[in-house]
Amino acid sequence: MTAKARLEMRNIGKEYYGNRVLKGVSFTLDEGKVLSLVGENGAGKSTLMNILFGMPVIHSTGGFDGGVYLDGTSVSIRSPEEAMKLGIGMVHQEFMLLPGFTITENIKLNRETTKGNLFSRLFGKPMKWLDMPSMQKDARDSMDAIGLGIDEMLPVRGLPVGHMQFVEIARELDKKNIRLLVLDEPTAVLTETDADKLLEAMRVLTDKGISILFISHRLDEVMKASDKIVILRDGEQIAETTPDETTIERIAELMVGRKIESGQMHGRAVSSIKDEFLLQIKELHVEMPGEAVKGVTLDIKKGEILGIGGLAGQGKIGIANGIMGLFPSRGEVLKNGLPLRLNDARFALDNSMAFVSEDRRGTGLLLDDSIEFNIVATATQIQGKFMTRGKLRILHSKAVSDYAARMIKELDIRCTGPSQLTRRLSGGNQQKVCIARAITLAPNLLFVSEPTRGIDIGAKKLILDHLVKLNREQGLTIIMTSSELAELRSICDRIAIVYQGKLEGILLPTDSDRDFGLMMAGEYHKLHEKEAV
Amino acid sequence: MENGLLGRMGIPRLIISLFLAFLVAMAFSYGLPMGQIFSAMLTRFGMNALLVMAMIPTIQAGAGPNFGLPFGIICGLIGATLAIELDLRNFTALFFAIGVSIPLGAFAGWLYGLLLNRVKGQEMTVGTYMGFSIVSLMCIFWLMAPYSSPEMVWPYGGDGLRVTVVLDGRMEQLLDRLWSFTIGSVRIPTGLLLVTIFCCILLWLFLRTRTGLAMSIVGSNPRFAEASGLNVNKYRMIASIISCAMGAAGIVIYSQSYGFIQLYQAPLYMALYSVSAILIGGASLQRATITQALIGTFLFNALLVIALPVANVAMDSDISEIMRVIISNGIILYALTRREVGGDAR
Repeated sequence: MTAKARLEMRNIGKEYYGNRVLKGVSFTLDEGKVLSLVGENGAGKSTLMNILFGMPVIHSTGGFDGGVYLDGTSVSIRSPEEAMKLGIGMVHQEFMLLPGFTITENIKLNRETTKGNLFSRLFGKPMKWLDMPSMQKDARDSMDAIGLGIDEMLPVRGLPVGHMQFVEIARELDKKNIRLLVLDEPTAVLTETDADKLLEAMRVLTDKGISILFISHRLDEVMKASDKIVILRDGEQIAETTPDETTIERIAELMVGRKIESGQMHGRAVSSIKDEFLLQIKELHVEMPGEAVKGVTLDIKKGEILGIGGLAGQGKIGIANGIMGLFPSRGEVLKNGLPLRLNDARFALDNSMAFVSEDRRGTGLLLDDSIEFNIVATATQIQGKFMTRGKLRILHSKAVSDYAARMIKELDIRCTGPSQLTRRLSGGNQQKVCIARAITLAPNLLFVSEPTRGIDIGAKKLILDHLVKLNREQGLTIIMTSSELAELRSICDRIAIVYQGKLEGILLPTDSDRDFGLMMAGEYHKLHEKEAV
Repeated sequence: MENGLLGRMGIPRLIISLFLAFLVAMAFSYGLPMGQIFSAMLTRFGMNALLVMAMIPTIQAGAGPNFGLPFGIICGLIGATLAIELDLRNFTALFFAIGVSIPLGAFAGWLYGLLLNRVKGQEMTVGTYMGFSIVSLMCIFWLMAPYSSPEMVWPYGGDGLRVTVVLDGRMEQLLDRLWSFTIGSVRIPTGLLLVTIFCCILLWLFLRTRTGLAMSIVGSNPRFAEASGLNVNKYRMIASIISCAMGAAGIVIYSQSYGFIQLYQAPLYMALYSVSAILIGGASLQRATITQALIGTFLFNALLVIALPVANVAMDSDISEIMRVIISNGIILYALTRREVGGDAR
């Protein structure tokens, strides 16, 4: 091993407001090699990339620990511009291209070749003309290098997404000083053949001595493309391995892992819940931007806590939003055997279903109203609760504050009183208000999306315990959507994993880490196809 | 900002209250007739209260202050002129005028609501210009409408209404004089104040009904409202209808107390005065209460009433109109710059 270390990250640590998101991550990436970073959402991959690029968010929150070394010298990168000057390039998950410009212009953007003219002699550099033929030639060279055979003068608008991805890579390649290229889920939007082409292009780049840091959720690509694989989980570096030494199953297992603090499992034996269906979902499609559901079929048993898991953007969030009528949806949903009208929030609420939205501040709360009004608002409208009797029915203030005071006590909402505005509450307490509002409707089916996102550990535990209590004591059926697998595994009876808008499979909380990891990466089907059929 | 006097009152209210106190002190020291001044303050408060309260429904429903109020006001003017055309007097005239104004105003509010639901996020600008356009359009109506009452049409030619119609002997100060009495030298316009209180109670009750609460939810967070199964546009429409109907009834009460019906360009800026009054009262562009409307109406009008005589003595010139423009526009400007991001701009 005489290869030179291109990038070395030594003992990197990072804290956001007392919350440790990275703990002593160290690895080296050699010249002309590919290193893959894998991990669940929130494992610390993006934070690591933000550190590498000197993003302002890192420095405005107190910097980071440890050191970054590029070709053996310690570098301190304070801004993305500095990173670029040092020869670090990045291809983003979302395209950063100007749609109205041609491919050439996009590739050469801000690095145009120019030639002098009369005005530029008088007024200086900004007046120089573009040297289009030479720019075209540069663009052509870069595109040929990665095997992109289309006309370099086409406008970017209207190109297939696969081609846009290649244009981005060509742009990075055109930067002559490029030493290290970061590809952040480059294949997420590509078809399989395009993805294969991309992997080939990566080989071309590494042959030129460029090192690649590859981030992907597709484990088969990781296995194919990498020279080295680093697995992160909860900000910790779990393993460093090579494709020869490991298997997809092993990676999946390491990625998911059992978290230490998840404690005992609440899930019951499957047999303890009868096969009586409360909700039957057939071929549900939901057009929710970024979380589209493309045909989910799923049955929910009466009295169970069903978890819906999966990686971000795969559509798990869309299911509850679609059934509750917040986003356009189609398909068939039966509740207690009767068809449910879709795209009608009122109908869903009238049918004893309630929803705690993942978008707490946007959809879940009236931020400028009091806690008590937030708790009763939906119930006054849907069920006419908390109104005075008689002909002229107005809000019964006393009933509202009494009820709110009870909920505040029951859910331990930390506030100055029922009339405090919800805007001033902490995230955890806001979430408790949302849950209080939902159970005020006395539903028999409760959808809870991301109930613990962005809240502290104490409130997290309280919320999960309360959900379990509602389920055990009142027989409330709960469908909980969460990105945190550990949380799903700690309270759910069954866990459905969604991948690319479809149900990948249903697991029990006791199933192995390996199965969870494989399902979330969409590999489960491929591996089990033969056995299943 | 949450604690202390400053936090509770807000900077503009504090400044204006202090300024008002200063003017009152000046008036005393100049030996101005304070009885008259306080009487005028009370009367102007009663005249304007309903017009200012008309802002509450649209603000609560998330459509911002009703800059389209002139649309409703014009309906009230039609009601009042019809009462005269039919040669009605006293309470018959007043009730007829209000009775005609409210359904007309509600219809105008419905039309305005259709417009508002198409221009979400820019209700204020659109409302202002719609108000301006309607006022100008109605100038043609006042000229062309087949009114024939000699009290209202131009004395020469006999066609078209006058700019100002005198209500003398018809319903001038009808409510102001009802059960009116004097304390010291201050005359209390009992009837007018009672009507104001009555309107407050009605509005308070309405805001606490299911529909009223729904309106407030829609205004506070449209996405929350949708998730609660509420039809956002429907409640914005209801707010617009109620607001314009209140504006229509409000101008009749305003006119009877003033003693004149002002036509043509007069309604042009009326929305702006009401908007600034409620904002002075501490309302924001998203939330308003009846208390804020009342406090604002009082502060805004008291200031106008007292500024004129004080300025006359102090600098020998009439700056009250200038003051009024500076205050009303200044306050609107202040409120606009404080608009919080995060509303529904879809």
